[in-house]
Amino acid sequence: MKAGVVVFPGSNCDHDAYHVWKHVLGQPAVFLWHKDEDLQGSDLVILPGGFSYGDYLRTGAIARFSPIMKPVVAFAKDGGLVLGICNGFQILLEAGLLPGAMLKNTKLKFICRHVHVRAEPAATPFTRQCRPGQVLHLPIAHHDGNYYADKATLAELEAHRQVVFRYCDAAGKLSPEANPNGSAGHIAGICNREGNVLGMMPHPERAGEAILGSADGLGLFRSLLA
Amino acid sequence: MRAKVYVTLKKGVLDPQGKTVHRALHSLGYRDVQEVRQGKYFELLLPDNLSAERARQLVESAAREVLTNTVIEDFRFELEGL
Repeated sequence: MKAGVVVFPGSNCDHDAYHVWKHVLGQPAVFLWHKDEDLQGSDLVILPGGFSYGDYLRTGAIARFSPIMKPVVAFAKDGGLVLGICNGFQILLEAGLLPGAMLKNTKLKFICRHVHVRAEPAATPFTRQCRPGQVLHLPIAHHDGNYYADKATLAELEAHRQVVFRYCDAAGKLSPEANPNGSAGHIAGICNREGNVLGMMPHPERAGEAILGSADGLGLFRSLLA
Repeated sequence: MRAKVYVTLKKGVLDPQGKTVHRALHSLGYRDVQEVRQGKYFELLLPDNLSAERARQLVESAAREVLTNTVIEDFRFELEGL
């Protein structure tokens, strides 16, 4: 399965995603330059973490208008697998491929540490190899990860099993203390109704090998190959 | 012609920055400040020969498509030098 990792000016987790897919899992991977309009036959498109366009205006707001986003949107609407990690998630929100928006973390701090997230029983191929309720130890690194959506949208996300990950404690329990950024519904990741587009704030690509402190992120990538 | 665009968080959307500024003002003695909401301000320079109607359409469209995330933000604008 060929992965295309989009490179925006300011992306900084593009190589991590490429590394996991190509070197840890031995799958073909290419970088897709943001000015190109060709996905080079990718079966999976990854919008990586970073600070595309310096986060000017709003996180992901400018990247959304990059030429590469045209085929990415068409690919997503056609059922293609799209994974947005951190800044990639913010871009998916700005592009309208996922509902909601990001606010600044309630404590107004850039948070860079490992957190626990719980895999929810969501209808998406990205977590096929996760048990519902399984707790993953993954790093987060963001300033704008406070997920917001209005009540109707949140209810819809729940009703259609679109919440994929929630912040929790080590035992999988939800609490305000275990919610690092104030996200509505403790949401750390959501998918679209069809399940082919996933956006998440934690970085599974930075947790793909034990030497990095956690290999819990690997299951997500493996799920796509299962 | 200049368009002044004001972008604010929607009512009900939490504004942690505004809250922090509010607390700072209080600690400095500005007790009468009851709430602070932080927003963004843009100035757009437009050609003088643009009709008011065309200018309004243009600014409305630019604000909706780019300057604002309508999930969390509202905007209003005024035109100067008509």
